Amino acid sequence: MQASISLSLSSSSPITRSDCTAVANAYLCTPRSLRFCGLRREVFESKSLNSFSVSTRLVSCPRDSSFKKVCAALQSNGTPSKGGFDYDLVIIGAGVGGHGAALHAVEKGLKTAILEGDVVGGTCVNRGCVPSKALLAASGRMRELQNEHHMKSFGLQVAAAGYDRQGVADHANNLASKIRSNLTNSMKALGVDILTGTGTILGPQKLKYGKGGSGDTVITAKDIIIATGSVPLVPKGIEVDGKSVITSDHALKLEFVPEWIAIVGSGYIGLEFSDVYTALGSEVTFIEALDQLMPGFDPEIGKLAQRVLINPRKIDYHTGVFASKITPAKDGKPVIIELIDAKTKEPKGTVEVDAALIATGRAPFTQGLGLENINVQTQRGFVPVDERMRVIDANGKLVPHLFCIGDANGKMMLAHAASAQGISVVEQVSGKDHVLNHLSIPAACFTHPEISMVGLTEPQAREKAEKEGFEVSITKTSFKANTKALAENEGEGLAKLIYRPDTGEILGVHIFGLHAADLIHEASNAIAMGTHIQDIKYAVHAHPTLSEVLDELFKSAKVKVNSSSPVVQPVAV
Amino acid sequence: MASLLQSRTPSLSFSSSLCSTPVIRPSAFLLKPRSGSRIPVVRAKIREIFMPALSSTMTEGKIVSWIKSEGDVLSKGESVVVVESDKADMDVETFYDGILAAIVVNEGETAPVGTAIGILAETEDEISEAKAKATSQSSSAPAPSAPNVEESSPAPKVDAPSPAVAAAPAPTSAPSTPGKVVATPYAKKLAKQHKVDIGKLVGTGPFGRITPEDVEKAAGITPAPKSNVAVPPAPAASAAPAAVPPKAPASFPEIPGSTVVPFTTMQAAVSKNMVESLSVPTFRVGYPIATDALDALYEKVKPKGVTMTALLAKAAAMALAQHPVVNTTCKDGKSFTYNSSINIAVAVAINGGLITPVLQDADKLDLYLLSQKWKELVEKARAKQLQPNEYNSGTFTLSNLGMFGVDRFDAILPPGQGAIMAVGASKPTVIADKDGFFSVKNKMLVNVTADHRIIYGADLAAFLQTFSKIIENPESLTM
Repeated sequence: MQASISLSLSSSSPITRSDCTAVANAYLCTPRSLRFCGLRREVFESKSLNSFSVSTRLVSCPRDSSFKKVCAALQSNGTPSKGGFDYDLVIIGAGVGGHGAALHAVEKGLKTAILEGDVVGGTCVNRGCVPSKALLAASGRMRELQNEHHMKSFGLQVAAAGYDRQGVADHANNLASKIRSNLTNSMKALGVDILTGTGTILGPQKLKYGKGGSGDTVITAKDIIIATGSVPLVPKGIEVDGKSVITSDHALKLEFVPEWIAIVGSGYIGLEFSDVYTALGSEVTFIEALDQLMPGFDPEIGKLAQRVLINPRKIDYHTGVFASKITPAKDGKPVIIELIDAKTKEPKGTVEVDAALIATGRAPFTQGLGLENINVQTQRGFVPVDERMRVIDANGKLVPHLFCIGDANGKMMLAHAASAQGISVVEQVSGKDHVLNHLSIPAACFTHPEISMVGLTEPQAREKAEKEGFEVSITKTSFKANTKALAENEGEGLAKLIYRPDTGEILGVHIFGLHAADLIHEASNAIAMGTHIQDIKYAVHAHPTLSEVLDELFKSAKVKVNSSSPVVQPVAV
Repeated sequence: MASLLQSRTPSLSFSSSLCSTPVIRPSAFLLKPRSGSRIPVVRAKIREIFMPALSSTMTEGKIVSWIKSEGDVLSKGESVVVVESDKADMDVETFYDGILAAIVVNEGETAPVGTAIGILAETEDEISEAKAKATSQSSSAPAPSAPNVEESSPAPKVDAPSPAVAAAPAPTSAPSTPGKVVATPYAKKLAKQHKVDIGKLVGTGPFGRITPEDVEKAAGITPAPKSNVAVPPAPAASAAPAAVPPKAPASFPEIPGSTVVPFTTMQAAVSKNMVESLSVPTFRVGYPIATDALDALYEKVKPKGVTMTALLAKAAAMALAQHPVVNTTCKDGKSFTYNSSINIAVAVAINGGLITPVLQDADKLDLYLLSQKWKELVEKARAKQLQPNEYNSGTFTLSNLGMFGVDRFDAILPPGQGAIMAVGASKPTVIADKDGFFSVKNKMLVNVTADHRIIYGADLAAFLQTFSKIIENPESLTM
């Protein structure tokens, strides 16, 4: 019995998408009555419910649909269901959000098309997360090699570390191309129609695409998803010349490394670039409109991050000021930044630097979408949606069959949030209600060390607790006590858990430290699954690993209930 | 060599040693009454809380957190603030009762050792006054906010770490043109660290801006390719990458296959001290001394745990007691500093480094106590547990290479001391006496290096004569 089970599993599990028949055979060979042993079966079931990952997608399908249909769907991208539409689903924008939605739609057997006006992959892959990670990987190593003290503590000696700017830039560019082609191939392999051109909505369930003008093609779709993303926000008064005054779009090409660069905005983008530039030898001046650097982070984490990421580095900052006017370098003059007080608007002097990076945030890219044709008014450019990503028109009514995901709706401007929203929409259009819990979506900032977070910050949690009348507790663990972190000589770090002591519910987790971005998922999954502290604290972590920082965090929480309560459905916001 | 480094300074013993002898180290955490040179009204009632020196290598400290907040009543001995040094986070306590009137340096900010980080008022009435003072200071404190232009501060004297000077660097000198001084972020940090008035510098960078190199030049630091050598302990310096691309510093020919081994902290400190010693005009006087009597005495007392080091240190101390000028220090090039006690530092090679444990009051202790003390010091040195005053309080240094068979050598005078004695091996030597008879006696060569600004040839000669008499008639050593 045991042997036959494991045999049937091993034959079916490594099967890939292109090998449909084999899958079918493997399943057919398995007698219907034969049940997989408990653990394996659970794995299978959870995959079929939440099959976000590409490799497991197919294996899970045959459970409720006929194999033949799935195979056909894979080869021909389905046939549009009744109603006479060209497609079941058309996604405008092939960024990470659109891509996630397209893959899931094919899995659900929908005939899917994706429109791309620029390049597949969108901001994240071409001008955002992906190339910036390449720069951070290179500059992080540079920083480490230059830190003699750090190297010496390992007993290592490094003589004069140096870098080749073009080499670093090429690494970023090559990574972007590689991920872009991966994305394109994955959609092509599934048979998603990739249509080129900008899309304009003409009316309900109808849109056109093309290069503009008369050559445009009109298509119809049962459902439409807007996933057009965003562009760097440049406040007025700032003249971007792409050379000395730049946005993240230009900075990622790393065409030059200025001796002194001002970074306007100290959020994720600004922080990551300060990490890159200081490691490559630049000096950095932050200009932040709010009174605190790193707004948006949990204050305690922000404070620690400032101690580690700002103060010891060649960085200074002006807080509580706007850059009211930025003039690019020309006629032998440096970049001149005029500052005004953020509140009183009084002049606060000027800053003269070699370059300025505008990292003040991102603006939705929703122009030319034809939203006026369906009576939708954007709010500061964002497309208004409800919690199910359904677009709301000017009268506050839902526009049927129209959804908007990702940066364009402004709910949570993160690539993986867009993808999750897209999957949620596909779930809905294929007949299953789904509401995404945004509080379970983690976020990360890839400085050295990294910062990550999920759920509420401490002030947010306290405010919510006040309103709803519950108690909030905080517990913290330090990386200084973690064996693996100490082995890496990276003991600087903190993990912070915000929770309800009465129920054991996790309200938020914030991590600053080595590999924080990878560590956060234990917490975000717990929030998404509704797992409570009193349950997760019994989960075992390999020793010695950084994950023990979270293990300790959960164990140090003082929850008043001991027995595990039934799993609570995640609540959306 | 006098200030050779100690890598571990346990916090507990630090604070206890402080409590017992709070006046020994001016850099220690003390609440000094304000001297009143700038605000003459304030006397004794408003005290400043200074950034303490938590380790011998600490030049600046970061405020981790304030345990007390503004307005809290403090009583003597309470922890007030957590300071992060280059080694660890430590609680710092107050020595006075009072009210924490103002926090000058906020959490997460850094301040050089000796600058005011907070203001302590004695009564509530003085809080507002203290606060006013705090604001005048915080403008020049780490936060790179708009400089307070009205504060016309005296020209900074680089050497004196008085609060008035420490507060000086940030304000720009020209009130009419605020923001005219353009300095890069790192230049500003360096200026603060080295107490350089950035307003007085002329920038040589692009667009006339002040660069880190300009500040280093003003601070008298040769812009070495690795700035860490100049300021080894500063955490900022080690954390911030030395971004300067290698500037092809020296024209030494590259020998293939060579490896570069960077200095340890201790070695860097030795190097720094050695270079510093070049500024002192030294001279050397040698003296042969017969050691038969000393050797005989040593054989006698050896079973009682007396070491040759203790014998030599005792002899030197006794000679110094008769020649106090050899025990002096020249601190400013203008005066003699007569040291009240005779503290013999003894150079010890240890794990690739060099440290000088100090036998304090060597003239007053007897041989047995000295030997015991020496044993303790060597053990502590091995365990890297010497307290700063156990390795940097020497007034005279003894260096002995005799055990290796070295017959004579020449020592470098450590900065801050007047003289150092280099002792060679004791060897059988053929000696002709005044009647022309030959005999063979043990002899060692002693060579003293001294600072000629304060110790002249005749002084040294007289000192050595006394020393040789003591060695040749060593009975007095055991008394």
